Amino acid sequence: MSSAQIEIQLIASIVAIACAIPGTFLVLRKMALISDAISHSILPGLVLGFFITHDLNSPLLIITAALSGVVTVVLVEFIQKTQLVKEDTAIGLVFPVLFSIGVIMIAKNANDVHLDTDAILLGELAFAPFDRFLLNGSDLGPKSLWIIGTILLITISLLFAFFKELKISTFDAGLATALGFSPVVIHYGLMSVASITVVGSFDAVGAILVVALMIAPAATAYLLTDNLKKMLGLSVVFGVFAAIAGYWLAHWLDASISGSMTTILGIVFLIVYLFAPKRGLISVLYRNRQQQIEVSLLTFLLHLNNHQEISERHINHLNEHINWRRVKSKSVLDLATKNNMIVIDKSIISLTEKGKDFTDKAIDYIITNDHSKIESIKEDFFLFRG
Amino acid sequence: MLGSFAVLRKQSLLGDAISHAALPGIAIAFLITGTKETNVLLIGALVSGLLGAFWIRGITKRTHLKSDTALGLILSIFFGFGMLLLTYIQKLPNANQSGLDKFLFGQAATLLARDVWFMASVTFVCLVVLLLFWKEFKILLFDADYAKTLGFNIQLIDILITSFIVIAIVLGLQTVGVVLMSAMLLAPAAAARQWTNSLGIMVVLAAFFGASSGVIGTAISASQNNLSTGPVIVLVAAVFVGFSFIFSPSRGLLFRQIRFIQNRKDLELHKTLAFMFEIVKSHENISHPHAVKILNNFHGYTRKSLGKLERKEYINVSGSMWSMTPKGYHFAANLYNQQGNENE
Repeated sequence: MSSAQIEIQLIASIVAIACAIPGTFLVLRKMALISDAISHSILPGLVLGFFITHDLNSPLLIITAALSGVVTVVLVEFIQKTQLVKEDTAIGLVFPVLFSIGVIMIAKNANDVHLDTDAILLGELAFAPFDRFLLNGSDLGPKSLWIIGTILLITISLLFAFFKELKISTFDAGLATALGFSPVVIHYGLMSVASITVVGSFDAVGAILVVALMIAPAATAYLLTDNLKKMLGLSVVFGVFAAIAGYWLAHWLDASISGSMTTILGIVFLIVYLFAPKRGLISVLYRNRQQQIEVSLLTFLLHLNNHQEISERHINHLNEHINWRRVKSKSVLDLATKNNMIVIDKSIISLTEKGKDFTDKAIDYIITNDHSKIESIKEDFFLFRG
Repeated sequence: MLGSFAVLRKQSLLGDAISHAALPGIAIAFLITGTKETNVLLIGALVSGLLGAFWIRGITKRTHLKSDTALGLILSIFFGFGMLLLTYIQKLPNANQSGLDKFLFGQAATLLARDVWFMASVTFVCLVVLLLFWKEFKILLFDADYAKTLGFNIQLIDILITSFIVIAIVLGLQTVGVVLMSAMLLAPAAAARQWTNSLGIMVVLAAFFGASSGVIGTAISASQNNLSTGPVIVLVAAVFVGFSFIFSPSRGLLFRQIRFIQNRKDLELHKTLAFMFEIVKSHENISHPHAVKILNNFHGYTRKSLGKLERKEYINVSGSMWSMTPKGYHFAANLYNQQGNENE
């Protein structure tokens, strides 16, 4: 590994961490799309900053860009407050307009400058190490490393300083107000941090990757845990993993680094989405299926309990009476037999002692809706699962 | 037009997500076929757009992640993957690859007559389907549970709407590009929403707004050099939206503000009148004159409101004295009663 490679991975990782922290709160506050809006609407801010300074490297550019990010948030809030349209529509209206203004400003006035939309949207991490930060002629490392490092430092210190406030206002804005924190101040504080992070990172990794780095790790972590601290930790881990793995994927394919980082993030999310122990797609589907079978079994047992006459308890009668398909009735029948709840004698089904007991309890529960009654059944259902 | 449904279904940003999600489809279609045939690329875009749309639905339905997170996630991940593929394609030893990214930012000027016909026919098909399933769409939109009890296959209709939105977006991509597509989908519908509460009128209005912003935008961008079409169209659409927000008669900000001020003025007038009534009530002769001075410490009183009351013939003012007319007395008494009733 050359030093440039190390630097790229370092920058990518720091960007990932810096994005993951505000990203977690955005996801929790259901404002994930604000990051997308900000990442697009910083364009006019950048252009404006460039007009003022005529210098692409001026720090003023970052400030104006971050300001236009905040302006986006304010505009969205304003449109939303008029209650003429919903929040998502407000977001969808504001950022294309700001972006258009930016594009037109570039086209009209700065056509000959290196400020094209591709570069802003996509970014090029591979060039980051070439843009050195020089102080008194000595080389202090890549400039974007310094910028994003500073932003990360600010973010982390703000996070530690206001963790409690952020937590309360995220989960219970009413309580936060009652306790004397201003949710509005915290809201705009968070938005400003998000905005600055977007601006600081897009230079290195591009606007789209910033959005991905903000939302994807947080969403992935949210599937795995409910604990805010764990969620923050996990999203940082996912972000850094994607940064480093993405770099090597790009290295191997000779393709865009930000693209491959996003792809890794997508793959990680897909895996967690499918296999997460509690919230994953597979476990949700499995649970639904289990519940379906349990309900079927219960219906079946209740049916048997209600009918003493032999004709109703004939094995072939099930299909028509409870309106099940053949396969389903068979699987329910097997399940019940396996648990010694029924006996089948010459195609006539009868409840066993255990089955009767179980059904009585279930009826008891259905009538009284008392959870204590079902405790023992629950254990039985766990037996079924095994 | 289809945007109306997106806006009303609170899926406004779906357009944004899908237009980004179409990118890997374009890239993959190119990788497989090696051609730049518009139709092939469009099919690729369509497939990956649909995939994105349904994955979003899957995420919001099956997990506790909210729709905004799902949208942002799919948007960025698909787009990033698309970028990866595009850069990968660019490094391939094949001279045919340039111009793929034109899809990204859109080039209305590069459209061929054939493309336009193609788009027109797809629009026509959309229109026919929309009319055929009008009733179903409408019910699903406003009361999904009701639609279910009526026995409509909700999922099918839902998939139908989503597919049409995706098709519209993918077609529009060529014209205005990824970023501005969402505005094209949303802005006309959001503007139309301000003018009407009826779905039918809203759809027609949205189509009208969309078409006119397209025409005006293209005209403006053609009249000056160096202006790309897409952004101008979006800005024109935004002007429509802003105009609608402010001037729409029933929901607009301007009229709401006017109504608000009017209400407050009425209230102050009534307050003054009620206060006068209290004074007058204690005298046997209702038109007994009182000094204007005693009103000064009262909130709702201004010289203007006094004049207004006089014009309404509720009071007579002569010099620095005022007296209540029978009409005013009657009105004030009723006013008082009404308020009393409401308080009960």
